[in-house]
Amino acid sequence: MMLPLFVIIPLGAAFLISLLGKKIEKIPDVLANSATLILLALSLHSFVLVKAYKTLVYKVGGWIPPIGICMVLDGLASFMLITVNLVSFFVAVYSVNYMRRYTDKWKFYTLLMLMLAGMNGIIITGDLFNLFVFLEIASIASYALVAFGTEAEELEASFKYAIMGSVASSFILLGIAMLYSYTSTLNMADMANILTQKSQTGILPFVSVLFLMGFGLKAALVPFHAWLPDAHPSAPAPISAMLSGVLIKVLGVYAMMRIFFNVLGVSQAVSSIIIFLGVVSMLIGVFLALAQWDFKRLLAYHSVSQIGYVILGLGLGTPFGILGGLFHLFNHSVFKSLLFLNSGAVVYALHTRDLQDMSGLRQRMPVTANTNLVASMSIAGIPPFNGFWSKLMIILGCIQTGRFGYALCAVAASLLTLASFMKVQKYAFFGKLNEKWETVKEVPLAMRFSMIGLAVICMAGGILILPVFKPFLQLAVDVLMAGREYAQAVFAAVR
Amino acid sequence: MSAYLLCFILFCIGLYCILRKRNIIKIVIGLGIVEYAVNLFLVLIGYRWRGRAPILAKGREILNMVDPLPQALVLTSIVIGLAITALIVAIAMRIYEKYGTFDITRIRRLKG
Repeated sequence: MMLPLFVIIPLGAAFLISLLGKKIEKIPDVLANSATLILLALSLHSFVLVKAYKTLVYKVGGWIPPIGICMVLDGLASFMLITVNLVSFFVAVYSVNYMRRYTDKWKFYTLLMLMLAGMNGIIITGDLFNLFVFLEIASIASYALVAFGTEAEELEASFKYAIMGSVASSFILLGIAMLYSYTSTLNMADMANILTQKSQTGILPFVSVLFLMGFGLKAALVPFHAWLPDAHPSAPAPISAMLSGVLIKVLGVYAMMRIFFNVLGVSQAVSSIIIFLGVVSMLIGVFLALAQWDFKRLLAYHSVSQIGYVILGLGLGTPFGILGGLFHLFNHSVFKSLLFLNSGAVVYALHTRDLQDMSGLRQRMPVTANTNLVASMSIAGIPPFNGFWSKLMIILGCIQTGRFGYALCAVAASLLTLASFMKVQKYAFFGKLNEKWETVKEVPLAMRFSMIGLAVICMAGGILILPVFKPFLQLAVDVLMAGREYAQAVFAAVR
Repeated sequence: MSAYLLCFILFCIGLYCILRKRNIIKIVIGLGIVEYAVNLFLVLIGYRWRGRAPILAKGREILNMVDPLPQALVLTSIVIGLAITALIVAIAMRIYEKYGTFDITRIRRLKG
């Protein structure tokens, strides 16, 4: 059984790196990169397994699920695992060169691996309290990584993020405690069964609100988004890519959707609140992004906006809307991490993040400029690139359910995204070369490799909706559409 | 019931402390209060009136025992809380080195 390996490999890598990394200089690079490569291969293999068996359950310590803890691999988990490990692989390769600017590379890799262990754990766990523990592992590692540079701004951002994140975690734990007292179980499948048997809703509305606040803050939905534009730009570029690319999605969107769809059940009220929050984040995020001159801060505001799209699509609750939402989740994790890696390349070469200060970098850094053009067109939704297809599906999903106003908002946000990325292109990469940057050189090979790899996925991402590759998304959609049937699937796989 | 109410009040005091205090050390203490209110709540939901410890011994029948699972959860949660507090206090110390103040209203270089 390979399920526990998703947690064991990054945890083991973190342990070995912290043990040996200080003494032997090459160890952190080699260990971290091989760990992420193995994880990528394993997650691709997990998809083959899911296609054959639908649901797989691993019993931790051999205890039967409602009593013991279990790990569940189904379509949605496999989809998320591939997304996370794909991005983390490219990020680890990129860090080999980029992190030379900082001291103590081994500490960086240790924390990165811990964060990865937490995220993989959240995805495959089938136990609610276990989910909380993994959530905290990933969060604490990310608080430390945001403060990694230990400059004044980074510490301030990390403090803000840590306080808000911990309060969110407390809300989540309070919700879990209430659910436990209501159902007397912590296993998510068992909990879904018991909640189906109870006829009245009881404390579910209150628990839903607690989870909406907690996971909403982790996902940076708009009323809870204040930490994100500080925290994400302050981290080193590879970590910004991880945070914006996958962390907010796993900790926020995935955990929220798994609990709401598969355990609590989505009521009409919760669904409309989720959709409304999604639309508000979409619009406010993009409006705030328009005014930014700091490259990374602009990208961070776009994360708020794009998460709004994902939440909108998933909240619609129709198969088409969920398909669009999950597809956009995958696409966003690819192009947003690419954009952050680009911003890292610019910082690496120029040591500035101010857009007004750079100009005409296309002549000196062709790889960065071209990959950035691809990513910008993807995020803005220009037709052949992946972002277009997922946004189109979300907008069509809105129209299908008769929510024309929301569809209009989605189109408007997409246009504003285009405007703001035209600004990035114009000021940073096109135009006349600033004399200051005559001597600037293109970034080293490993960084170029990551950026080109992600750009290729951006360009080819659209083929995922072709019938040949459809199962990748469709199996994940089926899990969410099944709702509380999730319990039957898990218990059938146990036997 | 009154125990739950007091626990909820404790939670609210912690939240008030986080939201209203200007000294960052006091904010960290507020966070600790919130965490302990949640831990207390977890222990409370496992408690049974006049319950005993759930230890199975020979020749003894236990009729009314407290739920041991929340106690195990609280242990985990306390350890997590310790890690968070340690990290945040470390960050607060570095903030004091950089800014020379604990006042949150004067620690604002990030805006926009």
